[in-house]
Amino acid sequence: MKLELGKIYIKDVQFAEKTYVENGTLYVCKEDIEKLVLEDERLAGARVDLARPGESVRISPVKDVIEPRVKVEGDGAVFPGVIGKVGQVGEGRTHALVGAAVITCGRIVGFQEGVIDMSGPTAKYTPFSKTNNVCVVIEPADGIETHDYEAAGRMAGLKTAVYIAEAARCLAPDEIVTYETKPLLEQIAQYPSLPKIGYVHMLQSQGLLHDTYYYGVDAKKFIPTIMYPTEIMDGAIVSGNCVAPCDKVTTFHHLNNPVIEDLYKHHGKDLNFVGVILTNENVFLADKERHSDMVAKLAGYLGLDGLLITEEGYGNPDTDLMMNCKKVTQAGVKVVIITDEFPGRDGKSYSLADAVPEADTMVSCGQGNLIVHFPPMDKLIGTMDYVESQIGGYSGCMYEDGSFDAELQIIIASTIANGYNKLAARTY
Amino acid sequence: MHICTVVPISKTIGANRIVPAIGIPYPLGDPTKSPAQSEKIRRELVERGLTALQTPVTGQTVFE
Amino acid sequence: MGKYKIVHYINNFFSGAGGEEAAGMRPEIHEGPMGPGLALAEAFGEEFEIAATAVCGDNYFGENLEDAAAELIGMIRPYKPDLFIAGPAFNAGRYGVACGTICKEVEKALGIPVLTGMYEENPGVDMFRKDLIVIKTKNSAAGMRKAVPVFKRLGEKLVKGREILGPDMEGYLERGIRVNYFAEKRGSERAIELLLKKCRGEECQTEYPMPEFDRVEPAAPVTDLAHTKIAIVTSGGIVPQGNPDHIESSSATKYGIYSIKGMDRMDKKDFMTVHGGYDRAFVTEDPNLVVPLDVLRKLEKEGVIGELAGYFISTTGTGTATGNAKAFGRDFVGKLKEDGIGAVILTST
Repeated sequence: MKLELGKIYIKDVQFAEKTYVENGTLYVCKEDIEKLVLEDERLAGARVDLARPGESVRISPVKDVIEPRVKVEGDGAVFPGVIGKVGQVGEGRTHALVGAAVITCGRIVGFQEGVIDMSGPTAKYTPFSKTNNVCVVIEPADGIETHDYEAAGRMAGLKTAVYIAEAARCLAPDEIVTYETKPLLEQIAQYPSLPKIGYVHMLQSQGLLHDTYYYGVDAKKFIPTIMYPTEIMDGAIVSGNCVAPCDKVTTFHHLNNPVIEDLYKHHGKDLNFVGVILTNENVFLADKERHSDMVAKLAGYLGLDGLLITEEGYGNPDTDLMMNCKKVTQAGVKVVIITDEFPGRDGKSYSLADAVPEADTMVSCGQGNLIVHFPPMDKLIGTMDYVESQIGGYSGCMYEDGSFDAELQIIIASTIANGYNKLAARTY
Repeated sequence: MHICTVVPISKTIGANRIVPAIGIPYPLGDPTKSPAQSEKIRRELVERGLTALQTPVTGQTVFE
Repeated sequence: MGKYKIVHYINNFFSGAGGEEAAGMRPEIHEGPMGPGLALAEAFGEEFEIAATAVCGDNYFGENLEDAAAELIGMIRPYKPDLFIAGPAFNAGRYGVACGTICKEVEKALGIPVLTGMYEENPGVDMFRKDLIVIKTKNSAAGMRKAVPVFKRLGEKLVKGREILGPDMEGYLERGIRVNYFAEKRGSERAIELLLKKCRGEECQTEYPMPEFDRVEPAAPVTDLAHTKIAIVTSGGIVPQGNPDHIESSSATKYGIYSIKGMDRMDKKDFMTVHGGYDRAFVTEDPNLVVPLDVLRKLEKEGVIGELAGYFISTTGTGTATGNAKAFGRDFVGKLKEDGIGAVILTST
């Protein structure tokens, strides 16, 4: 599959009568978005606000972040099976508004929604302090059940992103990057002397509120499968997750998966990027055993020399990570795992919930238990009512001036376990 | 004695008597079945746990 | 402005009182520096002064840990030191334990920075490395000359509140504390570089060596279940409605003890779960799925078990540091013993 990703760089966002892009500024029509979001009767309120890099703005509790993308050539539509009709994606041309993001936030769905500060000492921990954000603050309808609210929130973000992305359809991209992975036999033949490298992408799938969707299929219901890496860039994977904010793989992070992006940078130079094995993190031990067996089987079947594994979440998914690592290693494939660490506030405890000797090469995405201080901000988008019960918050962590203390894990994607950030941990 | 779903974690962390549970969101019982059936499953797990407590072990043992 | 004051701790041998024959000597305090303190005083220079030197025999300290520490603190306190230095103990085991213990106690009692130094195989290292900065020294007093400037640099940084960098850079023994930093390249790129090295069979340095977890000896089996009192402990985050103790939904720093007296089952009107790591819908409807009170109550009535404790103990397991979990256990095991609990059923989600 070959995909051209046309990048249109966005440097500012403003409200306007209609939605369009001009000279690197994204103009959005507030009323259109609010109307669109409120078509969903599960939602009683929707308010659009803007947040730009460097502003004294706090956004919380954040549910998901989405980069606006539109399919301009080739089959299918962005977010197939969820927003677009089900159809094969990953080929042709897609336009992306790079530097813009849609953020859904508002009254909390789970405990697992996080914080984004657009400036100040904690801004450096989240990639979304550097994007121009269209924030959709949602209010649930009375008496709505949690899972329905999650679904409504998820759809509100995706619909908004798709609506905004239409503005990119007819633009001439600032940059076009071409990604290509051929069918297996051809791909192996193309670079016969380079190591054959794959990627095991573990999707969070622990049940309602901890779900991910692949072409609209709930990830806990599939068995491990093989994917062309370009499919993910068209939104084949969508987040429905309320995991700990710090390692929530937002839909933005699926669209911009760093392992896939960086493997493509090396593709044809010092490695041969053969494909992605997609698997899940389920709540039954039999699933964990079966699916890690299958991951190892697929890795062997593809004839891989090495692969990278990433996980989403911590705690029991560490077991899925370790089982995958162990079984793939035993199948004769070299493995590097990427994950984040939770060694306690003092950094002195074990970083992971599970460990195997085969996991001898790990890249750290930082430790999420560190306490950080969040100074007051001039403007709040969303609500601070839940900080104490959000993951990373604790009783008495809020101060009267609007500042608070919390563990780093309250910040969206601060220690995301796929290597998107530069944050890492080392031993002192 | 530890009743838990993710037996590998229990082993890693060092429990000596381990009883595998049903699932992470419902370790003792199965709410997808009738309340009576769910309680029966729970009772079997607890009874297995009591057996484990009465069994001499020399190292980490999983009571399947 | 006055000088920063240091109090220095040394043992019988380094005070010149003698070796084994003087190891029983009781705590003493002397004005100014003594023995190895002279070299330290010189290195620390004009800005600092060693106000006093505390001395104690290694055997006396080892045999009277609490009393010796209390007595020494009583002697040190009047000097109002800004920094406390013990040793270095080099490879002397009893001296190492004394240095570590007194450092911890002084830090706790006086709230000032403390420093010690040891050879890496000194048994005191593993006991105290997580709690203290232990400067890496050679295995004998011949290493004093090299250790002195390290004491000076770290001591000054501590007193002035400057950032302490990593163990290799600063010259102390690795403490096992995971600290964040921003790497030059993002994680995905670093992982690819490591993988390529691994595929080529080259050395590739992990960023986190897998830990070896603690083990405990299995407890003896219960021999008379019908007369044994059983308690439930859970990491499933079950708490009374409203979460009165504010137990965190992840990375718990506390646990709760909650009454189930007179209850035949866990009623959803009384209990909820705050665990942030799983879909709570099922347990919200039926908390017995985590705390199996209903069946244990029946087993109690049937006489299968002797008695069920009048409470269960609960915390949130997800993201909770093993250090915290260990401390919870240590904390409540006394109560369990006091209450005559013979066995515990621990449930996890």
